[in-house]
Amino acid sequence: MAIIVFSGTVDKLMPVGVLTSGAVAMDMDVDLFFTFWGLTAIRKDTVDANSRFSKDFEDMGATLSQLMKQKQVPRWSDMVRNAKKLGNVRVHACSMTYDLMGMKKEELDDMVDDIIAVGEFIDRARDAKITLFI
Amino acid sequence: MMSGQDKVVDARGNYCPMPLMKLVEAMKEVDIGRTVEVWSSDSGSQRDISRWAEKMGHEVVAVNHEQGYDRIKVRRRK
Repeated sequence: MAIIVFSGTVDKLMPVGVLTSGAVAMDMDVDLFFTFWGLTAIRKDTVDANSRFSKDFEDMGATLSQLMKQKQVPRWSDMVRNAKKLGNVRVHACSMTYDLMGMKKEELDDMVDDIIAVGEFIDRARDAKITLFI
Repeated sequence: MMSGQDKVVDARGNYCPMPLMKLVEAMKEVDIGRTVEVWSSDSGSQRDISRWAEKMGHEVVAVNHEQGYDRIKVRRRK
């Protein structure tokens, strides 16, 4: 399974964590390509502290965040970390966004395996049975 | 760590995908032939776990519906 993670809001990152977990459970390899707002979501300073919600559901963001906390739903980032322990999950940072935003390797969370360009990701994704853009 | 014992995993109150993930982890810790019984209040777990077991070559040996949760027992086959 290959996912292009474009979004940086929790409501869209949650499915990234859930789907990655499911794929690993089903014994599939997973490639996650974090680009644009997705890349900002895997910075060390935001990865676990992110509380942004999509603008179109902004009014429900606070309630949902509170519910998830209260019901001890794991963070999307912890789901990805756990999936990495259980199976073959590779987390790629998009080099274009990385360069554009002037980021440094040490600013990225430890879940990141490498910084790659689009060609390599497409080459990895070409054989994936499931390809998603989130 | 392998274990000669059957296991019970209490995932009540956990939401998808946690009951399945807890089962996947527990299954690695029991010997072939042993069982893991998951307690789940997630409404998708029974079907999810049955499908997972079929795909992975394990066997669902019992499903019991309790008040507010299901007990799904899976035998490790490989």
